[in-house]
Amino acid sequence: MITFLKQYFTDIYEAIVSLLKGMKLTGYYFTHHKEIITQEYPENRATLNLPERFRGEVVMPHDENNEHACTGCSACELACPNGTIKILNKFEVNAEGKKKKAIDTFVYHLELCTMCNLCIVACPTDAIKMAQTFEHSVFDRSLLTKKLNQPNSKLREGIE
Amino acid sequence: MFEQVSANNNGELVINVGPQHPATHGVLHLLITLHGETVTKLEPNLGYIHRSIEKMCESLSYRQFIYTTSRMDYLSSHINNHACALGVEKAMQIEIPERAEYIRVLMSELTRLASHQLWWGAMAMDLGALSPFFYAFREREVINDIMEETCGARLTMNYFVPGGVMYDIHPNFVKRVKDFIVLFKSKIAEYDELVTGNVIFQNRMKNIGIISKEDAISYGCTGPTARGSGVSCDVRKNYPYSIYKNVQFDEVLEYGCDAFSRYQVRIKEMYQSVRIIEQLIDQIPEGEFQAKTKAVIKLPKGEFYTRVETARGELGVYIVSEGGTTPYRIKFRSPGFSNLSALEHMVKGHKIGDLVAIMGVLDLVIPDIDR
Amino acid sequence: MISLENISASIHQLLSANLSQTAVILIEMSIIALLAITLFALLGLILVFMERKVSAWIQIRLGPNRVGPKGIFQTTADTIKLALKEGFVPDGADKFLYKLAPFVVMIIAMMLLAPIAFAKNFAMWDLNIGVFFITAISSVSVIGILMAGWASNNQYSLLGAMRSGAQIISYEISAGMAILTIIVLTGSLQISEIVNSQSNGWWLFKGHIPAVIAFVIYIIAVTAETNRAPFDMAEAESELTGGFHTEYSGMRFALFFLAEYINIFIVCAVGATLFLGGWMPFHIGAWEGFNHIMDFIPSSVWFLGKTFFLIFVIMWFRWTFPRLRIDQLLNLEWKYLLPISLFNLLFMTLIAIKGWHF
Repeated sequence: MITFLKQYFTDIYEAIVSLLKGMKLTGYYFTHHKEIITQEYPENRATLNLPERFRGEVVMPHDENNEHACTGCSACELACPNGTIKILNKFEVNAEGKKKKAIDTFVYHLELCTMCNLCIVACPTDAIKMAQTFEHSVFDRSLLTKKLNQPNSKLREGIE
Repeated sequence: MFEQVSANNNGELVINVGPQHPATHGVLHLLITLHGETVTKLEPNLGYIHRSIEKMCESLSYRQFIYTTSRMDYLSSHINNHACALGVEKAMQIEIPERAEYIRVLMSELTRLASHQLWWGAMAMDLGALSPFFYAFREREVINDIMEETCGARLTMNYFVPGGVMYDIHPNFVKRVKDFIVLFKSKIAEYDELVTGNVIFQNRMKNIGIISKEDAISYGCTGPTARGSGVSCDVRKNYPYSIYKNVQFDEVLEYGCDAFSRYQVRIKEMYQSVRIIEQLIDQIPEGEFQAKTKAVIKLPKGEFYTRVETARGELGVYIVSEGGTTPYRIKFRSPGFSNLSALEHMVKGHKIGDLVAIMGVLDLVIPDIDR
Repeated sequence: MISLENISASIHQLLSANLSQTAVILIEMSIIALLAITLFALLGLILVFMERKVSAWIQIRLGPNRVGPKGIFQTTADTIKLALKEGFVPDGADKFLYKLAPFVVMIIAMMLLAPIAFAKNFAMWDLNIGVFFITAISSVSVIGILMAGWASNNQYSLLGAMRSGAQIISYEISAGMAILTIIVLTGSLQISEIVNSQSNGWWLFKGHIPAVIAFVIYIIAVTAETNRAPFDMAEAESELTGGFHTEYSGMRFALFFLAEYINIFIVCAVGATLFLGGWMPFHIGAWEGFNHIMDFIPSSVWFLGKTFFLIFVIMWFRWTFPRLRIDQLLNLEWKYLLPISLFNLLFMTLIAIKGWHF
């Protein structure tokens, strides 16, 4: 009987101590607002820093002369697991009168893209890269099918 | 087969738990039969998130199919990728640079930590304590930031490629991981204070979901689920891959066979992961991060099986190659599927509240079960 | 600050100077009814907002901060949203009971407001069995919950309602026992008398250890009685999705939600009245100066301060502890709380007879 009572009250005591420990912790966080980790997202757009490797969407950088580095070799198209990239080529006649392959349209389906980065790795001329944008929502699905090369853009000199 | 019945002839209540239910963490459907509050029968009904990843892999090249595995067990995507990369490397018989091995193991262990933290928070939430979820996510967020800096993604990384890793680690990586270890060690005491030591939690967890060592083996349980019953099944220890044979760590075994043992295995595994990271973080060798491989990978004809230890158990990748650029057949042996099959054995005769607790401690990831 | 007592007295004088007695009573009753409904709505808004802020700060979040300054109109916006939502009635539901249930729960919550003394001499109905009235009426609310659970034609709702029935009936007992320990000391069931008996110190401090034990038991029992976590078996969101109000939506759901918070307010108000002296200011023995300063704070502020402190404690419980299992819940009541409170009552009776209390 005595041992039972002893056990009974020890159990209660230990239970209360363990509960108070938890309450102490939550009480600490309740009173210490500096621990708050919430970021207020739309307001902190200006200060939002995404790492340079973050995969947001595939873009094709153009320099100031409206030139890109894509030769239209289709390596990215082959590397892509879901058919996100479609390259439509055309043949341009250059100054010496030779026919040369060049891209007509670099189609990129953002809605299919899983950001696996395999196209970027496959590209031999570093013509495409991942941008750090992430706000991709639009009201019309067709807006997600993008043409990556700018109008009238050319292949940069010296890239084969 | 699953006709809508509310009560059967024995006066028992038949309830659909899921596919939309707060405790199933996804689209798992359990058809349970209740006698009062006691579960007498449990029937998992799968397929709500089946994306036929195995079939998809048959039409993808050996570089491409790895990314799909990030979407199986999305909480340990690095480890899934590791299994696939290992399979391809084994078949091609290529050596990968030591630096890549170190990065891979570090990333795998960080993933395991992140996965266990999410499990801890979600499990506490299943039991009705909502605050631990946020504390767990606070630390997990740091790991995600580290991953984001090096791999470019937070969840579905696709960072491991055949022959090594996709990029070299970010210059900040070592420093940030060290900072994280310091932070994590100071915070893990809170986990014990808030949940492990709590009397309500212990009473909820102890002596429920009992599965003996023999049953755990015969159901094919792996990972913390089996180790909670004393089955030594850590692939990292028993069939070491990568550089796991060179690092010091203990295989955590508990012999209580109940949900609380499985809980403790996971908590202690976090300490072991930290131990592994601490050993490796200062010793990443210089050198290449990727072995030179051909642009188009062709595997020799044959069958190849590799296994790794994910946060949930043993993941096996079985590749059948006909010598072409795409696999003839791929089969994933996912840990969640086998662990789920033992659920009925564990739950039978317990209350409906225990079902939630047992399921929480199984750490089911439904896309891993359905693939 | 103007005393609430004076306001009510002056209104009464103004009315009785010009009108017949019947008209005075009718007008006063309608004023009180209006006030009660306003208080009901206001309390709901404040308590829901408070809960959201408390939970946010405990969970290292910011909480609602978008609607209005510091987010204070968040709950108003939510109420408008709920009012505009369709009140859905599931197929096969017992439509009459289904629609009645939220009103039963709400009316009971409103009735409980009657005997509570909000300030000095300021209660709607200071009846001589005030505490007994509260204990009796609050146990009726289980009928509303059972009604909702049965009428929804949903297994989750039914399970939740059954759990709730078992739970409320069990915990009524130890809550009643804890109340009785104080009644033993005061010798009266009238709320105003109970408050007045604490003019020289609160029962929590005057009643030795048994009063403290009774206080702890009371807090635990009422947490269970109001279906709050860690005893939220009736809702048990991760087990039963929503318990008895799984199928409710729109304003009917809002009424359940409101009633829950009003119930919390009431049990905390009763707790504050019994153990913490109600509207009585905090006095320390012979410190005349200190006591005088304390008297300057209006009695309504004292009452609300104590009540909200208890409400905060109950919220603190909710955001810290995991939920109990149904059998452990009943074990706790029948194996721990009830025996302890019975012995506690005996002990307190001894103290009261011997006059050992202060």
